[in-house]
Amino acid sequence: MKKTKWQIFINGVFKENPVLILLLGCCSVLAISVTVKGALGMGVALTFVLVGSNIVISLLRKVIPDKVRIPCFIVVIATFVTLVEMVVEAFLPDLYDALGIFLALIVVNCIVLGRAEMFASKNGVVDSMLDGLGMGLGYTVVIVGIAVVRELLGSGTLFGVRIIPEGYQIGIITQTPGGFMMFGFAMALLIYCLGKKGKKFDPRIGCDGKCGNCAMGCENAITDIVPEAKKTEEAAK
Amino acid sequence: MSDGAKLLLIAFSMIFTENYVLVQFIAICPFLGVSKNFDSCIGMSGAVIFVMTLASAVTWVIYHFLLDPFGLTYLQTIVFILVIAALVQFVEIVLKKYIKPLYKALGIYLPLITTNCAVLAVTILNIDESYNFIEACVEGATAGVGFGLALILFCGVRKALERAKPPKCFEGLPITLVAAALTSMTFMGFTGIADNLFH
Repeated sequence: MKKTKWQIFINGVFKENPVLILLLGCCSVLAISVTVKGALGMGVALTFVLVGSNIVISLLRKVIPDKVRIPCFIVVIATFVTLVEMVVEAFLPDLYDALGIFLALIVVNCIVLGRAEMFASKNGVVDSMLDGLGMGLGYTVVIVGIAVVRELLGSGTLFGVRIIPEGYQIGIITQTPGGFMMFGFAMALLIYCLGKKGKKFDPRIGCDGKCGNCAMGCENAITDIVPEAKKTEEAAK
Repeated sequence: MSDGAKLLLIAFSMIFTENYVLVQFIAICPFLGVSKNFDSCIGMSGAVIFVMTLASAVTWVIYHFLLDPFGLTYLQTIVFILVIAALVQFVEIVLKKYIKPLYKALGIYLPLITTNCAVLAVTILNIDESYNFIEACVEGATAGVGFGLALILFCGVRKALERAKPPKCFEGLPITLVAAALTSMTFMGFTGIADNLFH
């Protein structure tokens, strides 16, 4: 059944949310969700790269030879990332400092490469653009949502504006452990809500099991999905 | 500070105080994905240490002898990721042909490493910190060791977690993430040690 344009767009926000359901690109979500401003900036940057690379890859999908597609995708993605890096560095130096290395790391963000491989290389330009927008929005919603909680509970501010009076601070929430913990809680909440609706949480529904190209390296990818891996394992036996 | 002390400082901070996984949030995906099984932890860490050291060396040379002299530093991200991808392929071919035992041990993890953010991160950070060649290699290797340490430690934590009974909605990944939070909390204990130890 062919999906309508709206379904393609909204798919990335709820049904196949890249962060909570597909579990892609967790690094930047954990690291950047300290302040709402930074999170919003990261979300916009990622959405731009995602939409841009999806459009270009979709346009080139008939030209790119199948065997070297991953390097080609990476070049396209890296070009857009470099573009974003330059723009942010020139016009928003504060944001550039806040995002740090994670801006450049969008190149290896599994969401972007994953969508290129799973969607843009198989679908038309308009659909790919909508998919990129939806996925980007889904990512932004999650990262900003986690950032709101972390900024409010951790440093008592929101968008840099003080909400809870001076002197309030729970350092650990803004530091590394807080990131892991909040992400865990967010996911538990999602599973709880899904459970209420009688649905089951399966983080692999979105990646089709073709995770050979993502760094997730889930157990199954190593043994039953990557065919070469299976062969190597059998040979070892 | 003498050269030796500086190298030690880099090594110490990469493994403990600025551990890529548990302090800087780099390479979380393989950290969560592979840490279920002890053997795959060892294999993955070995492959990461190997590729990170090589990538640090190669990208340092490329940056300082090719990109910098010709004013092409803005191409850094594109060039580095391509170099890493090519390097991983190359290493895979060489290992397959000449060093069979090592290929058997690391082979299946190599394709997964191209998109491992730790490798790209280490090469970019080397340039940002303006390290010299030796320092860059040491940083690459020890950052890999730090990744391995985090992976192996967390593998142990997960083994214990399997016997735990969390609330239903926390089963699986959520409780794993909370456990990761506790593991990373232990690494906060190292904060400040590096500066006081080497100065």
